Amino acid sequence: MSSIAERVSKIIVDKLGVDESEVTPEASFTNDLGADSLDTVELIMEFEKEFDISIPDEQAENIQTVGHAVEYLEAQVK
Amino acid sequence: MKRVVITGLGALTPIGNDLQAYLEGLKAGTSGANLITHFDAEKFKTQFACELKDFDASAFLDRREVRRFDDFSIYAMVTAMEAMEDSGLDLEKIDLDRAGVIYASGIGGLSTLEKEIEDFEAGDGTPRYNPFMIPKMIANLSAGHISMKYGFRGPSFVTVSACASAGHAMNIAFDYIRLGRSDLIITGGSEASVTKAGIGGFNAMKALSTRNDDYKTASRPYDAERDGFVLGEGGGTLILEELEHAKKRGAKIYAELVGCGATSDAYHMTAPHPEGIGAMNVMRLALKDAGLEVKDIDYVNTHGTSTPLGDIAELKAVQQLMGDHVYNINVSSTKSMTGHLLGAAGAIEAIACILAINHNFVPPTINHFNDDPEIDPKINLTFNKAQERDVKVALSNTFGFGGHNSATIFKAYEE
Repeated sequence: MSSIAERVSKIIVDKLGVDESEVTPEASFTNDLGADSLDTVELIMEFEKEFDISIPDEQAENIQTVGHAVEYLEAQVK
Repeated sequence: MKRVVITGLGALTPIGNDLQAYLEGLKAGTSGANLITHFDAEKFKTQFACELKDFDASAFLDRREVRRFDDFSIYAMVTAMEAMEDSGLDLEKIDLDRAGVIYASGIGGLSTLEKEIEDFEAGDGTPRYNPFMIPKMIANLSAGHISMKYGFRGPSFVTVSACASAGHAMNIAFDYIRLGRSDLIITGGSEASVTKAGIGGFNAMKALSTRNDDYKTASRPYDAERDGFVLGEGGGTLILEELEHAKKRGAKIYAELVGCGATSDAYHMTAPHPEGIGAMNVMRLALKDAGLEVKDIDYVNTHGTSTPLGDIAELKAVQQLMGDHVYNINVSSTKSMTGHLLGAAGAIEAIACILAINHNFVPPTINHFNDDPEIDPKINLTFNKAQERDVKVALSNTFGFGGHNSATIFKAYEE
């Protein structure tokens, strides 16, 4: 199975229509990857589906970069 | 009041994916019907529709747009892009505050809604509705997206009056321009309802033809054995522009929009008024609005959906309004070819009228086999083959569930 980082990257490429090379740990969803408020909600939902977890809203607000997402998901998914 | 002309056209229809292909389809008398490919229709009473053929949205829109747009918005955008290019408008040279988008859809994003509800029902009850569900589904987003693409900051909204939606959109766009409120409006309509709920819902009303064994000929307005309409999908866009604005930039002028009418049957949710009162009045109003007389009309593109009641009621209205002049005109229902595009019907049929004016022909009512004894055989219903005719004035009718009627008159442009 691919790593969490790879699975996260695949979702971002698919949903935001960006190139894989742009999906770096520092990349901000809104500032660098062109996501708007609806895209960020959708990304969180896709992470929830992919990893079969529930991300509370207050946690979701802190997930602003690719790195944040991977870190958060690695801690949640055992 | 100011004069309003058509300076750009775009079409995406079951008989042709752009304006030129649509024109060729209309001339050739092509049937747009096919067995449904969008879903498994095996258990449906009607297993066919007029779907788009070989249409690939990604050839026109980027991946992100395709994902964010319901199909009805995709069809609207693709035809708007064709019409805008056709118009030769230079966005740098127009006043964007005086440019608008008044578009139409009868239903909106039905497939988006269906899919989201199915996903929810298949889950464990946890709501995971997609944040794009509402903005994809709501029927006004076609106009929203088009205004965003071109930066038009004048009025933008969508009219919803079932199968009369595009007629009403054109009426209102016409008014905005002739009253001097806007210089140009992108108008038209789009529809994408060939879905499980779309076919199933219209089937439940017994509105659709069930001629599964001979679906190519199922849309047969005015034939004695017509048994309902054939659902179609796609869109059509017209650029309406104030005449002086168009002349100043040397625009190509297809035709002039000279009059509109709108009435209501005030009778029944879905059945037409048996005497066609609303239908007759709407044509009369449009003629008066245009400052024309019955004898000026060359061609009537009817609503003619191929339903037993509706076709007769409308023809009665045409005959009553026109008197003996009805024998001089051509009448046809292009739905025999395209199927019924609901909220987009008025748009593609307006385009058919404009093409008739520009190319001196009347598109046919195909699939005629048996005369209906209730129809006066002396009326030229342009059966089966296109006819050559110098069309100067064409009238397009659209009628919607709810008893909404709209009529629009196009005239060959003269200085």
